[in-house]
Amino acid sequence: MELFSNLLLGLETSFTLINLSYCLMGVFLGTAIGVLPGLGPAATIAMLLPATFAMPPVTALIMLAGIFYGAQYGGSTTAILVNLPGETSSVVTALDGYQMARQGKAGRALAVAALSSFFAGTVCTLLIALFAPPLAAIALKFGPAEYFSLMVLGLIASIVLAHGSILHALGMIVLGLLLGLVGTDVNSGAARYTFGVNELADGIGFVIVAMGMFGIGEIIANLQDEGTRDVSITKVKGLWPTREDFKRSIAPTLRGTALGSLLGILPGGGAALASFGAYALEKKVSKSRHEFGKGAVEGVAAPEAANNAGAQMSFIPMLTLGIPANPVMALMIGAMIIQGIQPGPAVMSEQPALFWGLIVSMWIGNLMLLVLNLPLIGMWVKMITIPYRYLFPIIIVFCAIGVFSLNNTYFDVYLMALFGFIGYVFKKLDCEPAPLLLGFILGPMMEEFLRRALLLSKGDPTVLLQRPISATMLVLAVILLGMVLLPSFSKTREVAFQEE
Amino acid sequence: MRIRAEKDFWAGLLYVLLSAGFLWLGRDYKMGVASRMGPGYFPIVLGWTLGAFGVVSIVRSFLTDGAPIGKIAWKTLAWVSAGVLAFGVLITTAGLLFALPVLVLLSSLASAESRYDLKGLLILLGLTLFCVLVFVKGLGVPMPVLGSWFDGIVPPTWQR
Repeated sequence: MELFSNLLLGLETSFTLINLSYCLMGVFLGTAIGVLPGLGPAATIAMLLPATFAMPPVTALIMLAGIFYGAQYGGSTTAILVNLPGETSSVVTALDGYQMARQGKAGRALAVAALSSFFAGTVCTLLIALFAPPLAAIALKFGPAEYFSLMVLGLIASIVLAHGSILHALGMIVLGLLLGLVGTDVNSGAARYTFGVNELADGIGFVIVAMGMFGIGEIIANLQDEGTRDVSITKVKGLWPTREDFKRSIAPTLRGTALGSLLGILPGGGAALASFGAYALEKKVSKSRHEFGKGAVEGVAAPEAANNAGAQMSFIPMLTLGIPANPVMALMIGAMIIQGIQPGPAVMSEQPALFWGLIVSMWIGNLMLLVLNLPLIGMWVKMITIPYRYLFPIIIVFCAIGVFSLNNTYFDVYLMALFGFIGYVFKKLDCEPAPLLLGFILGPMMEEFLRRALLLSKGDPTVLLQRPISATMLVLAVILLGMVLLPSFSKTREVAFQEE
Repeated sequence: MRIRAEKDFWAGLLYVLLSAGFLWLGRDYKMGVASRMGPGYFPIVLGWTLGAFGVVSIVRSFLTDGAPIGKIAWKTLAWVSAGVLAFGVLITTAGLLFALPVLVLLSSLASAESRYDLKGLLILLGLTLFCVLVFVKGLGVPMPVLGSWFDGIVPPTWQR
């Protein structure tokens, strides 16, 4: 069977010493930053990107992916132990997980979280292996019109499914698209928005934008809300869940995995929405719904399965279409481009070892997380107590060195300071940086696809509507936007992100 | 008429200003025609779109209620930015050995929680040593340990 030969190829690729050790390093780092509040996977991956230039592509991607899903595990550890969700995707885990910890069941909650995450990770590895090839096969038939419409749909979906104001998300996307155009126009050779500065001729490096907005901008915002974090940590004992815990977790884990996989594949879905959705679903269908908020094990199992499923499934649009579902995927795309790989449906056929190696490594990484994290709990707990005042200067140093090493020019360091400033100002105005980064990555591609589509149609813009696949995607985008304008939907959307 | 949603108003104003900036800077880029898009086509369309979103946001700020912006952390913003900019200035001239501590000290001023004690000093020394060993020696990032100010003063091997 082709599936097995593919997975076997992946196993061969990922089971080398170098790839295994970078996978381990990735999940380890990911857990660490997941534990540390105020440092997310996007900033970390941006910081580490320059260090991956020298690695073989598959090794680089394996490590970066490990950081991403490792952060989901780390985030839930702090959510359960100290009621401080390290990542947005584990906010709902804190609701019941922390209550369990207060009742002396911290170990059981952690184990259930880890096991349900691992289960979801396993299922999703298989799902990706099953669904990515047919999807890529369809995508290979896409012309420029389809790609353009797909990107429009992706951008629209990513803001409808994320939280925050739609209008500002749209504004940030357009701003991101514009910033993405800075540099030399590939078609005419005209320099656009470069102010005659040589360093801008190749455009603004997306690592600079990401580090400025997610690294520096976040730090400034965090410092403003800095308070004394009173961390009282519950003793962790009895790591093995009881038979009853198991029994009660099975159905929620399955439901969480299903919902997470579904939402994760959509652009903008990803881990956060999946966990919120899964918790809300369990509250409706669970037999023990009266216990929710008071330490119900279902309230840990379902969102943890869902956020891990969502995180992994967001690799599907990235790997098969070259479309980022969230900022982390945008960075992964950037990493591929830097490595000289054009992301898109051709990756699977041209770089089978890279594709399948990455997928299988995700399963291996999940296994590592399961085996490593529970025994290392003590260390993670210690990390939570590191005061932010020691942490943030170190983060800034790594950002500065990382940005400088991109092109060995101080100009990039100045640019990062500028984007840190911009990021903070927009954050104060409730304009999220994520849509800007997605637009920034997609900007040049969208221009190129639109240009080619219009060239082929001799300037007739209705080509976007004449081709059935392209038209379907645009109609879907309009429907999505229209739904937000409906009061009942926008209310549900608000509620989905306010589960507290 | 009064502004009811401060955040919408200022975000909208920013969009309008940025859009005007992009349109003005791009005024000479050739539009071309739809079948042969010039370098100006996409930016101009996007520029007007951004401006439109800005206007909508401003109008909305008068019609719906929104949260106030709250305090802007100017001090934090200034110290962190100053630290990063200083790093940019010093990295090639003075070198990493000076740029890094300056960045750490300046950005530490951004936080009221920062302490300037022995523990902090040891962390700073450890971090500097770590970065020199890992980034310059280990990963081979072409970043001078001692920069151009030290040319001819110290042996070149110390600078790398």
